[in-house]
Amino acid sequence: MTEPLLQVEGLTTLIGNGAQPVRVVDDLDLSLHSGETFALLGESGCGKSMTALTLMRLLPPSGRITAGSVRLGDTELLSLTEARMRRVRGGRLAMIFQEPQTSLNPVLTIGEQIAEAVRIHQGRSRDQVTARVVELLRAVGIPDPVQRVGEYPHQLSGGMKQRVMIAMALAGDPRLLIADEPTTALDVTIQAQVLRLLKDLQRETGMAVLLITHDLGVVAESADRLAVMYAGQIVETAAVADFFARPAHPYSRKLMESLPSAEKRAGRLAVIPGRVPPLDRVFQGCRFADRCQSVMDVCRDTEPLWWPVEGERGVRCHLWDPALGLAGESTKPLGEKPASAAPSPRIREDADSLLLRAQDLKVHFPIQRGLLRRVVGHVRAVDGVSLDLRAGRTLALVGESGCGKTTAGKGLLQLIAPTDGSVRYLGEELMGLSHRRMRPFRKDLQIIFQDPFASMNPRMLVGDVIGEGLQALRIEPRHAPRMRRVADLLELVGMDPEAADRYPHEFSGGQRQRLCIARALAVEPRIIVCDEPTSALDVSVQAQILNLLKDLQERLGLAYLFITHDISVVAYLAHEVAVMYLGRVVERGRVDEVLDDPRHPYTRALLSAVPVVDIDQRRRVIRLEGDMPSPSHPPAGCHFHPRCPDVIEVCRHAYPQETRLGETRQVHCHRVTGG
Amino acid sequence: MVERVLTRLGSAALVVLGVCTLVFLLIHLVPGDPVAVMLGEGARPADQAALRASLGLDRPLGVQYLEYLTRLARLDLGTSLHAQRPVADLLAERIGPTLELAIAALALAILIAIPLGVVAAQHQGGAIDRGAMGFSMLGAAIPNFWLGPILILVFSLWLGWTPVSGREGVASLVLPAITLGTGLAAILARMVRSSVLEVLGEDYIRTARAKGLGPTAVLWRHALRNAWLPILTLIGMQFGALLGGAVVTETVFAWPGLGSLLIEAIQTRDYPLVQAAVLLISLSYLLVNTATDLLYVAVDPRIRVG
Repeated sequence: MTEPLLQVEGLTTLIGNGAQPVRVVDDLDLSLHSGETFALLGESGCGKSMTALTLMRLLPPSGRITAGSVRLGDTELLSLTEARMRRVRGGRLAMIFQEPQTSLNPVLTIGEQIAEAVRIHQGRSRDQVTARVVELLRAVGIPDPVQRVGEYPHQLSGGMKQRVMIAMALAGDPRLLIADEPTTALDVTIQAQVLRLLKDLQRETGMAVLLITHDLGVVAESADRLAVMYAGQIVETAAVADFFARPAHPYSRKLMESLPSAEKRAGRLAVIPGRVPPLDRVFQGCRFADRCQSVMDVCRDTEPLWWPVEGERGVRCHLWDPALGLAGESTKPLGEKPASAAPSPRIREDADSLLLRAQDLKVHFPIQRGLLRRVVGHVRAVDGVSLDLRAGRTLALVGESGCGKTTAGKGLLQLIAPTDGSVRYLGEELMGLSHRRMRPFRKDLQIIFQDPFASMNPRMLVGDVIGEGLQALRIEPRHAPRMRRVADLLELVGMDPEAADRYPHEFSGGQRQRLCIARALAVEPRIIVCDEPTSALDVSVQAQILNLLKDLQERLGLAYLFITHDISVVAYLAHEVAVMYLGRVVERGRVDEVLDDPRHPYTRALLSAVPVVDIDQRRRVIRLEGDMPSPSHPPAGCHFHPRCPDVIEVCRHAYPQETRLGETRQVHCHRVTGG
Repeated sequence: MVERVLTRLGSAALVVLGVCTLVFLLIHLVPGDPVAVMLGEGARPADQAALRASLGLDRPLGVQYLEYLTRLARLDLGTSLHAQRPVADLLAERIGPTLELAIAALALAILIAIPLGVVAAQHQGGAIDRGAMGFSMLGAAIPNFWLGPILILVFSLWLGWTPVSGREGVASLVLPAITLGTGLAAILARMVRSSVLEVLGEDYIRTARAKGLGPTAVLWRHALRNAWLPILTLIGMQFGALLGGAVVTETVFAWPGLGSLLIEAIQTRDYPLVQAAVLLISLSYLLVNTATDLLYVAVDPRIRVG
């Protein structure tokens, strides 16, 4: 075996100066070889980003490295002076970040920002710097690089910005690139482009990549080896294939089991009870003991050692202690899989289950210009969407950011006044109703938002947040009975009724989303629009929320419009799917029909770009070029034609009519013919 | 971008018209008969009628308004009742000293506040930061009517370095500029500090450091360029307010500026002069604010392009 490129030993980082500093990275060992992609996997707060910032020596002011060694090649980074470290940073060791939107300086052109990095590390003449900047932009696949150097970050799309970040990182010819959640803020088709780019660049330059992510799918598709982090420590390392075949640590197993998928439809997802312990204390035993199903007495009072499993694998868990002789026990294959995918339930077309029908719904926003605010055009956010919501059924509205799915959800509930179309709830037209006449319907139509942190008033008690709807709609105007209802609702969503007397900030993300669900349920709605309710949550917490939503639907017969970009959630939860592109539904049908046999080229590309854990299920990624066009200037003809791999002449002129494929299936594509 | 500039100028023009209208109405909004107020209670009816006719107050409101606008367009601001001289001449005498004092005070404030705020932000929570913010607190708390006389006492009377009052040469500008500038510097330094601190916490600062840039380059190339916007806004507002005349400071130092002229005009109920002075002050304020807005366009590419 060759010398590793990066060798980290006993690395420990503390944050905070008080009596109880937080040990965000605790005695961490790691080694990486040239040309390798090593993934650091973990949920939020486990210390993975802090590990990256420690390696870069870019900790926040209150952070300090208290022990350990970081060797990059033959340089010990921790003993370098700050001035010498600066030559390594952005040179041999470069980093890209999660949010390309905020990671580029808005007032400098992208050319200047890349040139700066070139000058620091390669200090060439002016012309050479310019030439190198263009070369770097070309290397990361930015079209027309010569023109683009003079552009500012806000003129580029998210994916393009991340490419600029990568170009900047490449400026110093790095041997190791740290990529901290590089695609988390991007749509799946763009994610596929960026991951592909990183792979290509790695092959050309032989650099190593330390990929920090929470996404098991991304790890499965792009990493060679991985380490799982929990509470500041590495708890398992393995080659990626071995890991997904047989995760060894109980935490790793739970993470895998909590991933939603079509196979798990019939049952509930595994959840990890409790939460990550605070890191400002001294641990006696295993940090995962309180949440572990396989917990033993020894786990509570003795810290587990690092045990080799086989080859390069290792686990920090007492189950693998040879002295305890349990290893055979713990190598059992992952919990029994359901025998087969549950048969997809037939949708009853009987009229009494139909709750809401939207026809040709349009939401256009005027673009105003000038002193007199004259209207110069329209953003066609939603441009003719038709859909049905049925009791006890979930319709997933799927699409990438900017496709209009959230606006469609709000328009449906009349939270935004639609421009045109019809929304009938139990046969009654909701379009154009005054606030007062809309009020009786509000009770039946509720919404849960994406961000559980921003969607509750921080100065209101939880009990008042949940009870407010009961009061406003005069369902329960008296305080005492209202609070009894609130207590029942909290129990219903699996929270302690005492939560009513506390403030939202006292709860974790998953708990807050439960509170938001309780708030929506308070008025006993029949339809809930769920707008990306789990996309701000970790997978193990997401599993809790998905389980809860599924239970509630079965018990209360709720209809969900589930707005999401996450295909695995759709596969697990939805009965029907509608795929949106640029304000219109391009394909819809039963979930098994659409996911197993997508017919629209966009649906196919979208599904192929989703990273999957199961290697057998992997499809060839259909690469889409470019970004989604602006909904203020949709392309002529089929909106998708400029990016479509199957484009034919007619696509450039005419928007395709609906083609019906069977009772439940519709596609808008010239290449799809009925029959 | 051109459209944006034109829009801004167009809306400024509308505000100008609004200001003119309000100033015109000023005389009619006074409770009771303006002529009676101007001449006092014991005035003879004949004098009242003469003044009314000379001010044109005996004609219909619409006609008065049109005439007023026509005269404004010819820069004819009327005649001061008290001084019996063209109002335009009186204002012209005073605008120079006011500009002089405003620019000196603001320049002083900027020179103190920007380095102070930046250094404080760089050493957040440290001794330098606490010292700078202590000074800022003190500077904002000291009233000009106290600081002015103290400065006169020390530098003019005891040390004899500067004239006590009036406007004779550069030396006489020093004390009023310090008096006015201290308070401005105090507020501006706080704004600079918080603006720089906010920017230093941004993701792109981390990106700049990850490139291997040193602290000086990070501060000057990346942080300050972004911190400018709120600072510019405040400077613009402060400059506008200074043009309105620093009445207290001008009074303390017997500085012949617009502020003291306005006070005199109000005291002598010299309506044409009050109207013109208010108009001039409003328009200067508007001019400075419009200029600040247009500066944004130069500073921020998100407004300039795209």
